Amino acid sequence: MTATTAEQLLTRVRGLLAAHPPATTPRTDFLRARFDAGLAWVHYPEGLGGLGAPRSLQAVVDAELEAAGAPDNDPRRIGIGLGMAAPTILAYGTEEQKRRFLRPLWLGEEVWCQLFSEPGAGSDLAALGTRAVLEEESGEWVVDGQKVWTSSAHTARWAILIARTDPAQPKHRGITYFLCDMHDPGVEVRPLRQITGEAEFNEVFLTGVRIPDAHRLGAVGEGWAVARTTLMNERVSIGGMRIPREGGMIAPVAAAWRERPALRTHALHQRLLELWVEAEVARLTGERLRQQLAVGQPGPEGSGMKLTFARLNQEISALEVELLAEEGLSYEEWTLRRPELVDFTGRDAGYRYLRAKGNSIEGGTSEVLLNIVAERVLGLPSEPRDDKDLAWKDLAR
Amino acid sequence: MTTPMTPATPSAPADLLYSEAEEELRTAVRSLLEARGTPAGILARIETDRPHDPALWRTLAAGIGAAGLLVPEKLGGQGASHREAAVVLEELGRAVVPTPYLTSAVLATEILLGCDTEDAVPLLRELASGRQVCVPAVPLTLAPGAPLPAAVRDSGGGTLTGTVTSVADAVAADVLLVLADTGLYAVPAASAGITPQVPLDLTRPLATVTLDAAAGTRLADPATARAAVAGALLSGAGLLASEQLGIAEWCLTETVGYLKVRHQFNRPVGSFQALKHRLARLWLDVASARAAARAAADALATQSPDAPLTVAVAQAYCSGVAVRAAEECVQLHGGIGMTWEHPAHLYLKRAKADSLALGTAGHHRGLVADFAELPAP
Ligand SMILES: Cc1cc2nc3c(=O)[nH]c(=O)nc-3n(C[C@H](O)[C@H](O)[C@H](O)COP(=O)(O)OP(=O)(O)OC[C@H]3O[C@@H](n4cnc5c(N)ncnc54)[C@H](O)[C@@H]3O)c2cc1C
Repeated sequence: MTATTAEQLLTRVRGLLAAHPPATTPRTDFLRARFDAGLAWVHYPEGLGGLGAPRSLQAVVDAELEAAGAPDNDPRRIGIGLGMAAPTILAYGTEEQKRRFLRPLWLGEEVWCQLFSEPGAGSDLAALGTRAVLEEESGEWVVDGQKVWTSSAHTARWAILIARTDPAQPKHRGITYFLCDMHDPGVEVRPLRQITGEAEFNEVFLTGVRIPDAHRLGAVGEGWAVARTTLMNERVSIGGMRIPREGGMIAPVAAAWRERPALRTHALHQRLLELWVEAEVARLTGERLRQQLAVGQPGPEGSGMKLTFARLNQEISALEVELLAEEGLSYEEWTLRRPELVDFTGRDAGYRYLRAKGNSIEGGTSEVLLNIVAERVLGLPSEPRDDKDLAWKDLAR
Repeated sequence: MTTPMTPATPSAPADLLYSEAEEELRTAVRSLLEARGTPAGILARIETDRPHDPALWRTLAAGIGAAGLLVPEKLGGQGASHREAAVVLEELGRAVVPTPYLTSAVLATEILLGCDTEDAVPLLRELASGRQVCVPAVPLTLAPGAPLPAAVRDSGGGTLTGTVTSVADAVAADVLLVLADTGLYAVPAASAGITPQVPLDLTRPLATVTLDAAAGTRLADPATARAAVAGALLSGAGLLASEQLGIAEWCLTETVGYLKVRHQFNRPVGSFQALKHRLARLWLDVASARAAARAAADALATQSPDAPLTVAVAQAYCSGVAVRAAEECVQLHGGIGMTWEHPAHLYLKRAKADSLALGTAGHHRGLVADFAELPAP
């Protein structure tokens, strides 16, 4: 019997808590038991951490577990795995791939990264040039190329990778999608220091990396469709996040405003209220998106949420630096670090201000997302383009 | 020292979608308005003394039952809620048709429901059935949370004297609800002086109401009357957000449609990225306005303690979106957008007037500051 009602799920959660009291059970043991009880992501199939239940019921499970003080699997540290690799493997993976990868991914035992962008292929991701060639005798793919801006490559055990397998095809058609072992000797990760001073992302050099054909995801040459699943999930995983009122970036500014009356000015008050209202409306819009997804009418609001999230984060953090006056002039530290996670709220305003600049670039720039909304949601005509039918090898570079 | 508080998230999340029944109601209202509330018809009427179309109102109010949505069944209404009324307002906003819906079916209805006296029941029945139009004699700009006006005085025995300006839909009213120093009164419109003003928004006509020892029927004592008016202003402001959403939606849809067919420089103008991005941003704002307006309607329908904040958020947000959508609509239609024949100006005027109605965005942000404990310097 699959548990599909909220009541049935709560009974299951209570059973889990009784058998593995969070206070006395080691963290990983608890998480493993939770996965095996089908309470990790309830909408996934049975045996893969879920129960085939409606997606909306995950909130019921999470709330009950949180109230009981159960450990969480730290989605921030494993965000790429959870938000992007998992739904793609679920949609395109073989049974064996699903069984091999989903459990350690959810547990956070194996961190994932995304080897998509290249120096010559960012917004125009389908122009990528990293080559994968099948070696007939060994049945392995041999990969050569360079990836860039790869978040968490330094902590990742696995990567989702797209590479060109047929240069004679137009650019969208000659791409294949792989699961790449980051411990392979041909993989070299070099820190790439960024605007905040730290190195959260990396350059990744791939030299003769050997990927068994069993680690290919989807058919040869059909990697673009698989990648689109990843990219759509990337945007929805940002937009679909549930945050409380005054959660997110607005929290520290509002707190500073309340706690330090000396900083208040009339001009800042107006801007703060405007942004507070926009943050609350964004929360409601995200809530509405989740409700739509739960009843199976996935709206195009997903790209929209990412756009709003980026703009608001930038405007709010900019206001915060200004509000802090003299304090806004100093920065926490510039020493090169390689952090394990992106932690907005645990850091200073200056960091938030600088890091938020990436929100309108990572996961598709705001300009590119606006194009997507205009063309796919509003149905406006695309601009004239001449790259669709040309073989990739003949494109201007 | 008290610890500053984060305003709590309501424990049960609001239902932000539309129910099937709500979609059916929408379909009924929309098809009526498409048939009988066409822009050409509105243009022809608005410059006359009688911009309202009584026959259209009868069908909407009585035929579809829209006038009595907020009124319980035992009082002759539909026993529906603010969620359904909000859907009607979305459609009325989309059609910018002059109807006394906001004034009679929302504001006056809520005032009468707030009186909670037997004296108000007969009038409520008349309203709910659409047989009579009743509007509150207060300026359209009166906002929830603002001091209530004291322009009308009782010179003894319910004879009322005073002048109220900018009363919306007074020209279509059978009965006026008058807030006087001694309570709330129902005054037949025929015994008041009603002088039409020249409004910015011709689709929601305004008038100056002059009472000169006019006789009224007392419906509530001063304290009840003031509470009832304050409650009605909150509902009105919350539901106005849905009208603003409807306006914005029409403007976006119409503009997108036009830019797909209008060619310049040998291309549809909608293929130019500068315009695509502007429209995509507008779409984002409209999608957000929908969430805000739905949240306000749901909070009012469920009588959530969160309603005052949710309404203030919706008003602070949706006013601006409607105005921007209408401004973009005029601009992106080019020369045609500036003509009287094209309906864009009807939407711009309504959107701008709506942004003053029932409190400006600035006023509502001030309310947010109070509720969210973000005090001014
Ligand atoms: C913090 C951060 C983390 C990242 N993490 C990862 C990761 O883990 N894995 C990964 O694969 N990638 C990652 N990226 C890369 C990211 O996806 C790319 O930076 C992004 O897609 C943009 O590509 P680009 O940098 O090459 O910019 P370009 O594509 O060169 O764009 C330059 C400018 O031109 C604009 N532009 C481009 N095309 C158009 C167009 N058609 N219309 C209008 N404007 C256009 C862009 O919006 C931008 O402003 C990360 C980036 C950042 C900032």
